[in-house]
Amino acid sequence: MRGNFAKITKILSAGVVAVGLLASASAKAAEDTIKVGILHSLSGTMAISETTLKDAMLMLIEEQNAKGGLLGKKLEAVVVDPASNWPLFAEKARELISKDKVAAVFGCWTSVSRKSVLPVFSELNNILFYPVQYEGEESERNVFYTGAAPNQQAIPAVDYLMSADGGSVKRWVLEGTDYVYPRTTNKILEAYLKAKGVAAEDIMVNYTPFGFADWQTEVSAIKKFGSAGKKTAVVSTVNGDANVPFYKELGNQGIKAEDIPVMAFSVGEEELAGLDTAPLVGHLAAWNYFESVDTPENKKFIADWHKFIKNDKRTTNDPMEAHYIGFNMWVKAVEKAGTTDPDKVIDAMVGVSVPNLTGGYSTMMPNHHITKPVLIGEIQADGQFETVSQTPGLVMGDEWSDYLPDSKDLISDWRAPLSCGNFNVATGKCGGKGTN
Amino acid sequence: MLLLRAIGLMLLLMMASLLPSKAAEAELRATIAKFAAATGFSATETVVRELAASGDPSVERPLSALADGNLYIRKADSAIFVGKESSDNVELLDPLSGEKSGEAAKADLTKIKVNNTLRRVIRDALGTLTLRAKDPAVRIAAADTMFKTPDAANIEPLDAAIAAETDANVKALFEQARAASVLVSDKPEADKLAAIALIGARGDRDAVSLLTSVEAGSQGAVKDAATAAIASINSTLALWDAGQNIWYGISLGSVLLLAAIGLAITFGVMGVINMAHGEMVMLGAYTTFVVQQVIRTSFPGLFDWSLVIALPLAFLVAALVGLAIERGIIRFLYGGPLETLLATWGVSLVLQQAVRSIFGPTNQEVGNPSWMSGSFDVGQLAITWNRLWILVFALTVFGVLLYVMKRTPWGLQMRAVTANRRMAASMGIRTPWVDALTFALGSGIAGIAGVALSQIDNVSPNLGRGYIIDSFMVVVFGGVGNLWGTLVGAFSLGIVNKFLEPYAGAVLGKIVVLVLIILFIQKRPRGLFALKGRAVEA
Repeated sequence: MRGNFAKITKILSAGVVAVGLLASASAKAAEDTIKVGILHSLSGTMAISETTLKDAMLMLIEEQNAKGGLLGKKLEAVVVDPASNWPLFAEKARELISKDKVAAVFGCWTSVSRKSVLPVFSELNNILFYPVQYEGEESERNVFYTGAAPNQQAIPAVDYLMSADGGSVKRWVLEGTDYVYPRTTNKILEAYLKAKGVAAEDIMVNYTPFGFADWQTEVSAIKKFGSAGKKTAVVSTVNGDANVPFYKELGNQGIKAEDIPVMAFSVGEEELAGLDTAPLVGHLAAWNYFESVDTPENKKFIADWHKFIKNDKRTTNDPMEAHYIGFNMWVKAVEKAGTTDPDKVIDAMVGVSVPNLTGGYSTMMPNHHITKPVLIGEIQADGQFETVSQTPGLVMGDEWSDYLPDSKDLISDWRAPLSCGNFNVATGKCGGKGTN
Repeated sequence: MLLLRAIGLMLLLMMASLLPSKAAEAELRATIAKFAAATGFSATETVVRELAASGDPSVERPLSALADGNLYIRKADSAIFVGKESSDNVELLDPLSGEKSGEAAKADLTKIKVNNTLRRVIRDALGTLTLRAKDPAVRIAAADTMFKTPDAANIEPLDAAIAAETDANVKALFEQARAASVLVSDKPEADKLAAIALIGARGDRDAVSLLTSVEAGSQGAVKDAATAAIASINSTLALWDAGQNIWYGISLGSVLLLAAIGLAITFGVMGVINMAHGEMVMLGAYTTFVVQQVIRTSFPGLFDWSLVIALPLAFLVAALVGLAIERGIIRFLYGGPLETLLATWGVSLVLQQAVRSIFGPTNQEVGNPSWMSGSFDVGQLAITWNRLWILVFALTVFGVLLYVMKRTPWGLQMRAVTANRRMAASMGIRTPWVDALTFALGSGIAGIAGVALSQIDNVSPNLGRGYIIDSFMVVVFGGVGNLWGTLVGAFSLGIVNKFLEPYAGAVLGKIVVLVLIILFIQKRPRGLFALKGRAVEA
């Protein structure tokens, strides 16, 4: 027994020494590298979407290092796995900032994960780049939103459906998964549609749980709603996994895009990869980027991606482009500021302009949102989107929706002297409140 | 010199293309050539309308190719071709005759873009052109489009088609399409009333849709007749809706049954709280994916058989993994339900992450064989083939399992071990092996459930997560240890769920079902069909 105990202490002390050595080694490394945190779920339900973004970030960092790094130092990626567990996002963010001393973090997918890390970023004063389209109604000093705000995706999509090209839709089904993004987006859309003169009985709103698999009742309700003699369309904020059974049921029940088109905000190339898209040709999606966009920048990006991931079949998607833009903006801002100090970088970020993959430039605005083009694409038989409509210019992200009574008076401007994320223009005070 | 020669060649080519063709064909070709200059959807639409106006049936080829996105412009000379894609090259066919005219690289061609509006225009145009097609299915499709997009100009061609039609079914559809067109024409009121009667007799959603727009745009007797017809159709449809809910409920029940039936063995018969059950379902689905992958690359002709081939393999894979789990972990934990729960939960995480590492985190595409795609109508009820086959499959699996449990020596041993382990052991039954094989059987059945579920759900590492709670719910509700209980439990939960959904919505419906089950378990802790006897008390 005693011998055993001695053995254990020996092993333990050896372990402690080893850990100490490792720690000092990594501390040494920290001096000549700039660390970049990657906070994406690699396990759990969101791994399906977020793992790709982790890989995309690793590729961008590798490319930047090949170009000579940043400020004469190499970039070093620190990858953590918050495992699709919202409180764990906050813990891991704290770990990245306090323990690993990262200069900036790229991460989060769901709104709830973003909300859970917000206090950590403002407390420890670091920078988060958030790459996913979201419901808006938020603007934080420490966060840069490179995904689309509702006016960069939902509103132009509805405008397209209302136009003659989109089929002059008169009747609307707003179908969503039951959580904050669809609920807020649908609230904005409902207000917008009513402002455009759509009657209340021509709007049907329905929510389903996460990962919903049995769509028979919902699809037949859509069919029924669509047989009122008016052109009908579905606006879908159905999230992730639930989309595949939804589209399968649409195809099987014979709902064709020519009759009732489905416009989706959360279905990209990645989601379609798990589907036979032949029965879905003509259904729509609104994004700021499609893999099929024919520009030299995009061709290079796709080729680099295939080489990095060693798989020619892997698709690229809109949040990947958002990271591409966000990362390049951060690099440029750090070069402009000459340091990675978060305060200086945050100030340097506003006004930074970098090329996006759709052939233009995206600029960081004072509200920490970026300018983007909006593309409407139709699903093709090969699982790609064909752009059928594109906004003539870039659209500036509008964080506080003009169509919600609570937020229509709010603006955000993080430049001195205003430096406020929710300035109420009606009362002239900083500190208004949105809908969530 | 070179220039002169080129001009000469071009003249020669032009003459060659002009000479043999008849005047009409040349005109069509000239119209088709306009696609090259048409920029934007509305310009393309003008050309489509011009082609359709020619009334020549031979424009069907270029138009349907355009609707399918297979009409190309050759960049070099702006010639239009119907293209057939094959990997990197496109095989070019003449747009009118369909004859092969060479190949071209994708980069040398521009695909003519179409959108939904354009597809609809083409579909309407083709409707009129294909009224006399040889294939009755094409004629039915034509009648269907013309019914949905009524136009006074359609009456004449429809009259001609009705006179020439020999198939009674198609003829009836033509008459309905004609009636629809009469309603938007300026024909006398009597004709319109007759038309409404004809459409009212059709009695489906399309008829309601059409009549609603007629009701809105007319007055007097026509409006009244339309209102009455809509009311009568709606009352019939309400009945069909109830039938539809029952069918949806049965179909959901069959999915629940499939997911739960393996658990009815591992949890129900053996009493192992198996949290890794969902992952066995997932392994079955991934086996299907691998089988389809192999078939796609090596034996494409066998694709329709892929599920049949995948079934035994999925059973084997899941059963072997189940066997390994039982021998490796669970057998040390019998008698400790909490430990088993935690251990199998851990196993489920390990399996998920293993699959994620091997296949990647993204969804994998599992195709539907042709016999599982689409739907057919029974009255006003659309029944999808995949759901029907899953129902048949679930009942078959249930029947086979029941037979194994009740009629085979192995089933007898299984039941003996469950009823009284020590007595069974002293009768010479090797209880550890019976345990292992029972667990493997339950897992294997979960595996074949995965084959079926891959047809309606995502094949992703998270597949099993979605079914584990429902499966436990079904087994507990039906009565632990009773296969019939699982059957009845699955179908009643499915039907209750689907009846609640249209009124309460999917989210609230699920909550209500859960609350009902909790109340039920309070009242009858052993579920619907409780096992009686000494084994239960032990």
